[in-house]
Amino acid sequence: MTVALSGKEMAGKLEAQFPASIIESSRASLIVKSEFLLRIAWYFKATPGFDFDYLSSITAVDYGNYFELVYHLVSLEHNHSLVLKTRCYERDEPVVPSLVSLWQGADFQEREIYDLMGIRFDGHPNMKRIFLWDGFQGHPLRKDYSDGT
Amino acid sequence: MALKTEHFVLNLGPLHPSTHGVFRLRATLDGEVIVDIEPVLGYLHRGIEKLAEGCTYKQNIPFTDRLDYLASMSNNLPYVMAVEKLAEITVPERAEYLRVIMVELQRIVSHLIAVGTFVQDLGAMGTPLLYMFREREKILDLFEMVCGQRLTYNYMRFGGVSHDIPDEFLPALAKFVDRMPGFIDEYDQLLAENEILLARTKGVGILPKDLAINISASGPVLRASGVKWDIRKADPYSVYDRFEFDIPTGSISDAYDRYRVRIEEMRQCVRILRQAMEQLPKGKVLTEVPLKLRPPAGEVYAHIEAPKGELGFYLVSDNSDKPYRFHIRAPALINLTALRQMLIGWKLADAIIVFGSIDICLGEVDR
Amino acid sequence: MAVSKRYSYSDTELDRYEGGVIEALKARSGEAIPDPDEWLDEDLSQNILLTTVDAVLNWARRSALWPVVCFPACCAFEFIAIAASRWDFARFGMEVVRASPRQADLMITAGTLTWKMAPQVKRIYDQMAEPKWVIAMGACGISGGLFKGSYSVVPGYNRIVPVDVYVPGCPPRPETLLHGIMMLHKKIAKRSLMQEGK
Repeated sequence: MTVALSGKEMAGKLEAQFPASIIESSRASLIVKSEFLLRIAWYFKATPGFDFDYLSSITAVDYGNYFELVYHLVSLEHNHSLVLKTRCYERDEPVVPSLVSLWQGADFQEREIYDLMGIRFDGHPNMKRIFLWDGFQGHPLRKDYSDGT
Repeated sequence: MALKTEHFVLNLGPLHPSTHGVFRLRATLDGEVIVDIEPVLGYLHRGIEKLAEGCTYKQNIPFTDRLDYLASMSNNLPYVMAVEKLAEITVPERAEYLRVIMVELQRIVSHLIAVGTFVQDLGAMGTPLLYMFREREKILDLFEMVCGQRLTYNYMRFGGVSHDIPDEFLPALAKFVDRMPGFIDEYDQLLAENEILLARTKGVGILPKDLAINISASGPVLRASGVKWDIRKADPYSVYDRFEFDIPTGSISDAYDRYRVRIEEMRQCVRILRQAMEQLPKGKVLTEVPLKLRPPAGEVYAHIEAPKGELGFYLVSDNSDKPYRFHIRAPALINLTALRQMLIGWKLADAIIVFGSIDICLGEVDR
Repeated sequence: MAVSKRYSYSDTELDRYEGGVIEALKARSGEAIPDPDEWLDEDLSQNILLTTVDAVLNWARRSALWPVVCFPACCAFEFIAIAASRWDFARFGMEVVRASPRQADLMITAGTLTWKMAPQVKRIYDQMAEPKWVIAMGACGISGGLFKGSYSVVPGYNRIVPVDVYVPGCPPRPETLLHGIMMLHKKIAKRSLMQEGK
């Protein structure tokens, strides 16, 4: 059985390493500030005991006044998982750091989020639309999207 | 005198007989050697995630059917599991067993098509694929018995399955389960030691273990790279912890290993089916749930080992009758990430084989 | 060969061009193309001289309808099912599914059409030699089906190409598709040389 690590416990461990990096933590997830995302992700990937070598999925949710990015991390070695999140309060030009340098599996998923949600990933090698065509107006998964019909 | 050469771009697809749908590759070639490739996706992007936000939870089950249309049953399951987790619905035991039976039959169907089209791309025109369609039709008949459809079943519901199985189902299933190992042996005789198959797949499209993990590959692609990771064992859902089965893995991580893993997985499916038939309890198949289900606000992620890999549904509920966010973790899309790394430096002819060995379904890749 | 981290292919110019093609086609395809059936009700008595020739020609045409590869989505597998041994459309001289549109007479549109795909389908249709026919297979082919309201789905193939026969279902059973093919045979049988080139 994959053990879901508690976000609260993780927050306690992170506090010493990365002060003031956590927005919120709960039993289910850990929400960090986006400027710390890359470093914290690296910490979880490289620290023995965590070894989150597998990035299961990335997605984004539009909550109106902010976007939430959800990363499902898994360690195949220890069979435990963690839900890592970050938030982006910018709406016109939202940018978060890309995790392609850590997990290449993020490549298409980040492009998908850019395409459908309009969040740019800083450091992604090929940041362009993946499903829709060049010249498509808007980002359909945003709650305020309308295709004019 | 040195000849002046330059790279050129070759377009493959989106309508191409060996792209298994509407997949497109933009390949940069140096003569016949691939220098770089770019998969161009989205030719079947139907916007399911957006449409699902406008439909009630129950109305969304048919959308899941049309994701990986070769494995509709497997797509139903993680979605209903996610909603059940969110709304805390219990599932009767008989329904759990029926789900396992359907999903394992579906895995056989999906692997049959994967192997059949893979060898067809290799040049085995017709024969193996027609053999595999013969068995596929038998399974589709079984599905038709339980839900009346051949391809898009819409069989699973929150709290169980839509119908109990008819009386003639179990004898037909028993007959199929008895004969299937013989059919798999037949494929093996035709293919496993076929010289052309060996020459074209052995050592081709190698995906090393650490790269496979880094690239978030899942399913047979990950296991063929030697990683013993199967969600049915690692994070058992439904009643999978009650069955005995093995996880076949590869050692060389090439296209041939991926083919072997799929063939071996079919044998394991038969094993699971036998045990599920023996243990199948009597009782209800559906818990009553309100027609307009309003799960409590919150979020949930449920995943299963679908034929193509880890299929997950991430749902966010705001306590209304429609999901606030409906995200699908599509295994085929993420497995495709590996394609570029596997192909650079190989000949164009190998591209088709490596691509076929990943086994994608565009409905799921593009959604 | 070592795989570089940099992507050499980010060809934005090509992407922009292709996006422009899609947008242009989308802007042109606001209305459905009328179904080509105006000649079905016409009085055929005026061309007595040609009826025997018509009969032979139409028999030849409908007995070897070669379909073109156009299988975007789910319906493709029901199409393959009728190509396989259980339903076996070789009985109607159709088993040669052509990848080259120039050798094909019939387009069976098996699956959802998106705007991104539409220019390609239109191009394949345009490349097919006359006379040619189109069967819109499945709910998506007829109207967009389940995905009608989507931002990226074409509401029916008849926005892009003229459709001769509509086969409902999601996906249609193989028998239904065979019935559709029979309907097309009947339609072809009513064709006359007099209408060619009109």
